Amino acid sequence: MAKDMDDHFLDIKNLRIEATIYPPGEAAQNLVIVEDISLTLEKGKVLGLIGESGAGKSTIGLAAMGYGRGSVKLSGEVWLGGREILNGGIGGLRKLRGKEVTYVSQSAAASFNPAKRLMEQIIESAIEHGVAGKAEAEARAVRLFGELGLPDPENFGRRFPHQVSGGQLQRAMTVMALVPEPDLIIFDEPTTALDVTTQIDVLAAIKKAIKNTGVAAMYITHDLAVVAQVSDEILVLRGGQKIERNTAEAIITTPAEEYTKALVSVRSIEHEEKLPTENPMLEVRNISAAYSNNIKVLDDVTVEVHAGQTLAVVGESGSGKSTLARVITGLLPPSEGEIIFDGQTLTKRLADRSKDDLRQLQMIYQMADTAMNPRQTVGTIIGRPLEFYFGLKGAEKRARVIELLDEIEMGVEFIDRYPAELSGGQKQRVCIARCLAAKPKLIICDEVTSALDPLVADGILKLLLRLQKIEDVAYLFITHDLATVKAIADSIAVMYQGRLVRYGPKSQVLAPPFDDYTDLLLSSVPEMKIGWLEGVLEHRKMESAGN
Amino acid sequence: MRIPISALIGLVMTASFFLMALFAPWIAPYGMAEVVGGVWEPRSAEHLLGTDNIGRDLLTRMIYGGRTTIIIATLATILSFTLGSFLGFTAAVIGGWVDQVMSRLVDLLMSIPTLIFALVVLSVMPVTLPVLILVMGLLDSTRVYRLSRAVAVDINVMDFVESAKLRGEGRMWVIFREILPNALSPLVAELGLRFIFAVLFLSTLSFLGLGVQPPASDWGGMVKENKEGIVFGINAALYPAAAISVLAISVNLVADWVLNRTSDLKGGRGG
Repeated sequence: MAKDMDDHFLDIKNLRIEATIYPPGEAAQNLVIVEDISLTLEKGKVLGLIGESGAGKSTIGLAAMGYGRGSVKLSGEVWLGGREILNGGIGGLRKLRGKEVTYVSQSAAASFNPAKRLMEQIIESAIEHGVAGKAEAEARAVRLFGELGLPDPENFGRRFPHQVSGGQLQRAMTVMALVPEPDLIIFDEPTTALDVTTQIDVLAAIKKAIKNTGVAAMYITHDLAVVAQVSDEILVLRGGQKIERNTAEAIITTPAEEYTKALVSVRSIEHEEKLPTENPMLEVRNISAAYSNNIKVLDDVTVEVHAGQTLAVVGESGSGKSTLARVITGLLPPSEGEIIFDGQTLTKRLADRSKDDLRQLQMIYQMADTAMNPRQTVGTIIGRPLEFYFGLKGAEKRARVIELLDEIEMGVEFIDRYPAELSGGQKQRVCIARCLAAKPKLIICDEVTSALDPLVADGILKLLLRLQKIEDVAYLFITHDLATVKAIADSIAVMYQGRLVRYGPKSQVLAPPFDDYTDLLLSSVPEMKIGWLEGVLEHRKMESAGN
Repeated sequence: MRIPISALIGLVMTASFFLMALFAPWIAPYGMAEVVGGVWEPRSAEHLLGTDNIGRDLLTRMIYGGRTTIIIATLATILSFTLGSFLGFTAAVIGGWVDQVMSRLVDLLMSIPTLIFALVVLSVMPVTLPVLILVMGLLDSTRVYRLSRAVAVDINVMDFVESAKLRGEGRMWVIFREILPNALSPLVAELGLRFIFAVLFLSTLSFLGLGVQPPASDWGGMVKENKEGIVFGINAALYPAAAISVLAISVNLVADWVLNRTSDLKGGRGG
C-alpha cells in the first residue's frame, strides 16, 4: 500500500465517525460525530483544529492515531507516512502509537501516574517500542527538559508528578511525546487548564519543540488567539463538519465564513464605564482569611462594590479570588476585618445571617452542571427562591417563573425540563434566573463564563449587562480572563497570592504605568494577532536584559 | 427502557415470592401447624412435597415459612434503611464532631461480629417478632449508615447544596430535597442486597434456634427441624434451603440490574 513520495505526510480522507447512543426510553440511535472530514498535513507544519465543544476536534485528533473513544466507529481513510492505518488492525496501531504518533492531553495532572517518578513515565514508550535504550532515552529527556525551560533538567525527572507545577507537568508531557522522536504529535488543548501567565511559557515551549524537531503537529483548542500563535494553518470545525480551512493569517484577518467571523470578533462588547458613587453598597474592609491549616489565603484585602456596578476580581489560580467570594457569602468566616453591606455590618458566619441578608446576596457558579440539583426541574429550581423568600405559591409562583424565564431569553417550554436536558449556556442562564428570583442587590459571579464556549460566553455576558441595567444589580465578577474583565467591569481588583496588587476604576487599572504583576498578567493574554507570542517573548527578554 | 432477561426473571420470581407471602392463608392447602399425616411421608397427591418431622404438610409450611421470612426481612430492611440513611445523611450534612461521634459509635457496633452480637442480645431478650425485627434492623442499619454517609458526603460538597445553604435552607430541606433524590439510586441497589442479607441472617438465627420460634414456621427453622431426615435420605430439609437460595438469587438479579443502571448514569464514557 505504498504511495508516491510527493504525497502528504498525513492524509485523512472522508473521515466519518459515528457512535451508537441509547437515549432513555428510546431505541438505539446512530449519532454522527464527524462527517466527511478530509485534511492533509506536511512534516514540520502545524495544523490548528478549532471549534466549540462537540465540534469533534478531539475525536478527529484521536482518529489520526487510529483511535476511537468508547465504541465509536471510524470509517474513511487515514494515511500516515504512506500507510493506511485504519485497516491495519490493532497490532499495527500498537506499533504506531507512542512511536510514530504521540499525544499530549489537556490534563497532564490526570494523565501522569502519581505513584511513579516522571522520568520512568516519560521514557516508557520509547523503551517499549525499542526506539532507544534506557540511557539514551534519559539523555534525550534531560536535553528536552533543558530546551523546554524546565528547572534543573538533570534532576527534574526524579520528581513525582505532585512535586511540580501544572505548567511544568504540561511541559513534561510534551517531553514525553517528543522522546520517541515521533513524526506526528497531537496536542489536545494542552494549555486550556493553565493560567495565562503559565500558558505563555508552555506555548513558547511547544512552539520551540515543534520547530527544533521538525515534526508534524495537530494543535486542538477552542481558543482562536492561542491557536493563531502556534499554527501554520487552521481548520475551523463546527458540529463535526468542516467550516473552513486556511492559513492562520487568513483566518484571522480575512475570515470567509460567518461562523469564523463570529469567532474572530468575539468579546467585542461595548461597555461604558460607570463612575463610583458616594456610598458603596458593599465594603470589604481589611479582610484576612485562612483555611484550617492556618495559611493565609487572603491578606488584608479592601475593596468596594457600588450599587448597579461591576467589580471584577482578577487573578490566576491560587490568588484567593474565590476565597474572597466565600468570605463575603459567609461560607468562610474571615479571621480579621469586616464586611459592610448597605451600611450594616454583616455577621461573619453564614448561619448567623438573617434571611433578608441572604436574599440580597446571591451567587452564580462556574459549573452550572453542579450548581443545579439534577433531580429538580427548571421550574422548581427557579421557583424555590420565590417560595422561600417571598412565599409565592401555585399559579402566582408559576407566573413569576415564566417572567424570569423570559428575562433570560428562554421560553415557557423549559419550565418542566431537567438540567440534563439543557445546553451549557442554557444551564448558566437558569442559574442566573435563580439568582434574580431572589431580587438581590449583589450577585457574585464566580468564573461564570470560563466553562463555556466563546460564543455562548459572549451571550451570557451580554445578558448579564442587560440585566444589570434592568434590575440595577451589582456584580462582583471573579475571573481569570482579562478579555471578560475589559468587556464588563467598572472597577477592577487584581489579586496575587492573597493580596490586592492593584485596585481602582477600570480606566486607571488598565492604563500604564503598571506594576510588575499586572504587566505580566496583561501581556500574557493571547491576542488575535500572528506573531504576538514572539513579540511578547522578545519584549520580556529585552526587559530582563535591560535590568 | 430495556430490561435484560436476567433482570426480568429476577423480577418475576421476586414478585411471585412476595405474592405467595401476601396470600399465604388462601394458597396453603392445610393449616400452618396442623398435623395431617405421618412423619416424613413421601410426596403424594395430598401432600405435594410430603410431610415434615412431625407430620405437618411440607408445602403448607413452606408457604407460611416464606411469609414469615419475607415479612421479617422486609420490615428489618425498611427499618435499617430509614434509620441508617437518615442518620448517615445527617452526619454528612452536619459534619464536624457530630459526624465524628456518630461514625465512631457505628464503628464500635460494627466491630462486634453481627451474628454473635445478635445471639447475645436475643438470648437475653424475649424472642418475639418485633424484637427480632428491631435487632436485625438496628444491626444492619450500621452498614446502611456507612454507605449513605459516603454517598451524602460526596453530594454535600456539590455546588447546588452550597447554593441551598446560601439561600438559607434548613437541614431537613437539604437532606430530603437536595441530597436524598440524588442518593436514591445507589441506595435502592443496596436495598436489594441488604434484603438478601436479612433473609440469610434470619434463616441463620432460626437455624440456631434464636429466630422465629415454633410452632410458627420459617425457612431457616424448617431446615433445622428436618435436618435429621437427611441421614435417612429424606430431602424435606432441602426444599426450604433451596427456597432461600432461589429468593436470594432472584432479588440479586434485580439488584444487579438496578446497580448497573445507576453506574451507567454516572459513567458517561467507556460504557
